[in-house]
Amino acid sequence: MGDHAPLLDARSISIHFGGLRALAEVSVQVYEGESLGIVGPNGAGKTTLFNCLCGQLRPDNGSVSFAGRPIDGLPSYRRARLGIARTFQRIEVFPEMTVFEHLMVAERARRGDGRLWKDLLNLGRPRRDELENVEEMLSLVGLSDVAMTPVAALSLGHCRLVELGRALMLQPRLLMADEPSSGLDTRETQVLGDLLRYVQRERSVAMILVEHDLDMVARVVDRAMVLDFGEMVAEGTLREVMANPEVRRAYLGRGA
Amino acid sequence: MSSFLDYAIPGIPYGCGFALLAVGLVLTFRATGVFNLAFGAQAFLSAFVFDLLNQYAHWDQPASFALAVLVVAPGLGLALDRFLFRHIPTASSTAKVVSSLGLLVAIPEMIPIIFGGRTRHRIGYLWLSPNLVYFHLGSTPVNGADIATTVITLGVVAALLAMFRWSAAGVTMRAVVESRRLSQLEGVNASRVAAGAWALSSTLAGLSGVLLLSQSNSIDPTNPLAFTTLLVAGITAAALASMESISVALLGGIGLGVLENVLVKYLPPGSVLATGFLPSLPFAVLVIVLLANPRLRHIEQSSDPMASVDPPPPPPAVSTRDPRLAAPMKWGFRILMVAFVASVLTWVPGNWVFVLAQGIVFSVIFLSVTMITGMSGQLSLCQATFAGIGAFTAGRLAEHLGLSVLAGALVGGLLAALVGIVLAVVVSRVSGLLLTLVTLAFAIFADNVLFQFSWSGGGITGVDVPRPAIGPLSFASDRYFLVLALVILAFCMLLVVLVQRGTVGRYLAAMRGSPGAAASLGINLTSTKVVVFAMSAGLAGIGGALYGSAEGPIASTDFSYVLSLVWVVVVITTGATTVEGAVQAGMAFAVLAQVLSYLPSRLDGLEFVMFAFGALTYAKHPEGIVEYQKARWLARVSRLLAAWDARHPGSGQPSLAGSGETASAAPAGSVELSNG
Amino acid sequence: MSPALLEADGLCASYGSYRALFGVSLEVPEGSAVALLGSNGAGKSTFARVLTGLVPASSGSVRLDGHDVTGMPAWRIARMGVAHVPEGRGIFSSLSVEENLSLSFRRRMGRGGIGEALDKAYAGFPILAERRRQQAGTLSGGQQRMLSLAKVLAVPPRLLVADELSLGLAPVVVDAVYDGLAEIRRAGTALLVVEQHIDRALALAEHAVLLAKGEVAWQGPPSGAAEAMERILGSGRAERT
Repeated sequence: MGDHAPLLDARSISIHFGGLRALAEVSVQVYEGESLGIVGPNGAGKTTLFNCLCGQLRPDNGSVSFAGRPIDGLPSYRRARLGIARTFQRIEVFPEMTVFEHLMVAERARRGDGRLWKDLLNLGRPRRDELENVEEMLSLVGLSDVAMTPVAALSLGHCRLVELGRALMLQPRLLMADEPSSGLDTRETQVLGDLLRYVQRERSVAMILVEHDLDMVARVVDRAMVLDFGEMVAEGTLREVMANPEVRRAYLGRGA
Repeated sequence: MSSFLDYAIPGIPYGCGFALLAVGLVLTFRATGVFNLAFGAQAFLSAFVFDLLNQYAHWDQPASFALAVLVVAPGLGLALDRFLFRHIPTASSTAKVVSSLGLLVAIPEMIPIIFGGRTRHRIGYLWLSPNLVYFHLGSTPVNGADIATTVITLGVVAALLAMFRWSAAGVTMRAVVESRRLSQLEGVNASRVAAGAWALSSTLAGLSGVLLLSQSNSIDPTNPLAFTTLLVAGITAAALASMESISVALLGGIGLGVLENVLVKYLPPGSVLATGFLPSLPFAVLVIVLLANPRLRHIEQSSDPMASVDPPPPPPAVSTRDPRLAAPMKWGFRILMVAFVASVLTWVPGNWVFVLAQGIVFSVIFLSVTMITGMSGQLSLCQATFAGIGAFTAGRLAEHLGLSVLAGALVGGLLAALVGIVLAVVVSRVSGLLLTLVTLAFAIFADNVLFQFSWSGGGITGVDVPRPAIGPLSFASDRYFLVLALVILAFCMLLVVLVQRGTVGRYLAAMRGSPGAAASLGINLTSTKVVVFAMSAGLAGIGGALYGSAEGPIASTDFSYVLSLVWVVVVITTGATTVEGAVQAGMAFAVLAQVLSYLPSRLDGLEFVMFAFGALTYAKHPEGIVEYQKARWLARVSRLLAAWDARHPGSGQPSLAGSGETASAAPAGSVELSNG
Repeated sequence: MSPALLEADGLCASYGSYRALFGVSLEVPEGSAVALLGSNGAGKSTFARVLTGLVPASSGSVRLDGHDVTGMPAWRIARMGVAHVPEGRGIFSSLSVEENLSLSFRRRMGRGGIGEALDKAYAGFPILAERRRQQAGTLSGGQQRMLSLAKVLAVPPRLLVADELSLGLAPVVVDAVYDGLAEIRRAGTALLVVEQHIDRALALAEHAVLLAKGEVAWQGPPSGAAEAMERILGSGRAERT
């Protein structure tokens, strides 16, 4: 794949809910190993764009391709198998499971590779190599101490890390993180930001980060785009877009 | 043309019955978010009360009508709201369906307990006598019942439409339906409006019950099932209306009635099409509608913009047991098993051996409910049908090919699984609630059509499933049969536990926790669900074959769809999430029935009522009320042990962090951080 | 200083086991405007919901006009003259524009006052008059917000709790929204404005309260708010996102 072919290429995505225009002609390109930040006020359509890219929503118009192949018709689980992993703004964990089980489920899902018979016959205990993978991830996200704790008993910060670890178990080519710092305190945000940066730089995972916290965005992303009212207002480095007067007006309010 | 009308016109009053049910279902669903399967039972109650007053107490029609439809029916609706549905506004739609299922089973079973059984002398009617022909439409005679049903149905539906469209009360009700919370901010007392909606829809149920009385002789007010059969047509019409439009529901119901009547004319009488296709028409139409109507796929999604205001539903109480309890419990269980087998083989009286064997066979069947409802969170209402498929297959194979019953049970299980796959694939694109409806419709279809053929469950003598034999070993005696059944049960339990702990079980746990997140890991929810549905159907098939073998000759009535409802309710009450739950359910179901047989016959249905009331707690304790209590007791013992440890430091094992506490904490994950 | 119309004292609240508020106290004097600021997840919306009875308080009390309204159902509090425009869509999308308005006016004006209130609402927002028969859900986002605002502007309540009114709106619409708030304020309505556009909220308010992690982190005159936010929430992490 040449340098010029983006890993993820979404063109002119539009979607309406009832009479509400949620996204209008938004295009996003992410290159291999690159990290892109999407910022914008609440209700600007960031999460909607996310869901369109992951396959949870079908846009009214536009096309999405990944690694050179169109993925428009694919449901979200097929996109996940292609290497698109995500986290959720409203935490989506499995309340009955421990941290360890979260990662193990993801490991099994990756290994099963969508083959039903593999999953059906896999009745026993985890194998050694599976355990090794899970333990490595536990130490990467720093959850080894709470591995056997049910997530129901964990703090929000821990849950965000569980989601991140679970997504990374898929060994994704593109990681999409939806407001990972939302609801976290400054220290937790710092830990998460470091982790995201590490994953993106060291493992060269491409990343799309939707985020309110501009500090975090500044530390993690190479490039940023600004969404407002369902439209892309600006694109460039974070410094560039934040200097854009239109962005400042739309985003920060009158006189800011 | 005129002969077409001859068939079409009688279809109109016939279809009005469906239409009223459909309108009632839509109204309840729109107004309260509950897909009210108990609607048929509510209709039945009013019909029964009307008949009782009119025929036995010799009240005149208006007085009977006033009490049955205008007092009893809304009263029941208010009671349902006050004591049940008001408390579970945020429960999942499955939980609400289970609650209404409990009512569907409980209400009709309670009537003979309260009023005693009655037989019916003559057809009751509300307004014009069904025995008088008032005029001819073309060459079609129109009797009083036809006129009364049509006029009252159209009038009532028109009044409803007008109310919703123009009256302030209607606007308020629509507002509450869309968002309880938001309407409260407008100063609307939403609870009172919801109670009003329950009273209104219940009145509608009562009215349809009384109207249907005069429609047909076959509707016997002492036979609650007749109403539920009509419910399938009602569901079909409601599905046609996307659970939204009252007027489409009306037209759909009438249309179905007309269609059925017209088809009678064009299908050759006595042919397979006429005997097989015609009764299954509502089922066929329902499946088509469910698949073809895209708007139904989203009916469970809340449109409430303020849904995030409500706290997440309570998670099942996860209790950590003190590790010291594990060993005594394990050994206790083993000793109990040995004692059980030894007792059965020696001193237990013969009739009780049979009851216990029945309990074990039920346990096998109930494991199928554990699999489908407990593990994948779907509600299937055709487990008895799968059991029937297994039993009839084993029986027919033994009869015609001389195949061993055990082999026949396997073949039967496979066949049931195949049917399960077809059913699951057909509905895989639609949501959980619709799966429930399709399985219910399929069960009723099997009951009325599939099991009536002479090659399946039909015939005068029924199907004889012999007791199994392996080589020279015969299991004809109840005692030996019981031991064999126990071994089979152990195998099935092992299978379920393996699936539960294996990859597929983990996928299902993930799916129950968050379908979106499960899909984001690359888990194909659809195929996982289909596989589990098929396995569940297979288990039910094997259990059904065993059941047939235990009972002797069996007939289609042994696998009536009502049993599916009852079984699901029984398992959910005792605990659908664990294999122990299924075994408890099976044994309790058989033993209770035997114990209650010593009571006066009037109390026949008491065990159904008991279990049905247990199911009403499903929304609060989805793990089952028995399992919930068990967990509480174990937690209590664990706490005592922990307290003992605290007073005697150094003794006992060091307890693990958190052991002995009930971790009833809400999942941190489902907490929505309100944006503020 | 006029007597407090609304007094919240030591309010605590939680969603399940997640505690959102830890003893928040606040006063809104008769006819005044208070801005409630804070970062995402600080508990602002939860606080607003506890005030109007949507979410039960686990401890603490709310007094309206000196009457204890803690634990009262939301509809009773609404009938005492408190309007709450919730975050996001504050309208019934299945009802028509006119049904939305008349549902709201009926409770506050009585049957006879509906016509007059409707006229006033339509005079203020002519676009709504054009679309009175249209289903509210098919309006654009800005028009939907106008509808939820028209409910309170035509018949000003005694206290308006406005949650993120400007969320997702084009700047020019936000201007219109804030002009409307200033207008009912002159008509005597007290305001509690929960906002992320802090500049506009602060321009309107005479008192500002900053929530962080479910507690009052700072309160004082609007002029000091920006500085306090910088200090407490950290630069760049302020609510300017």
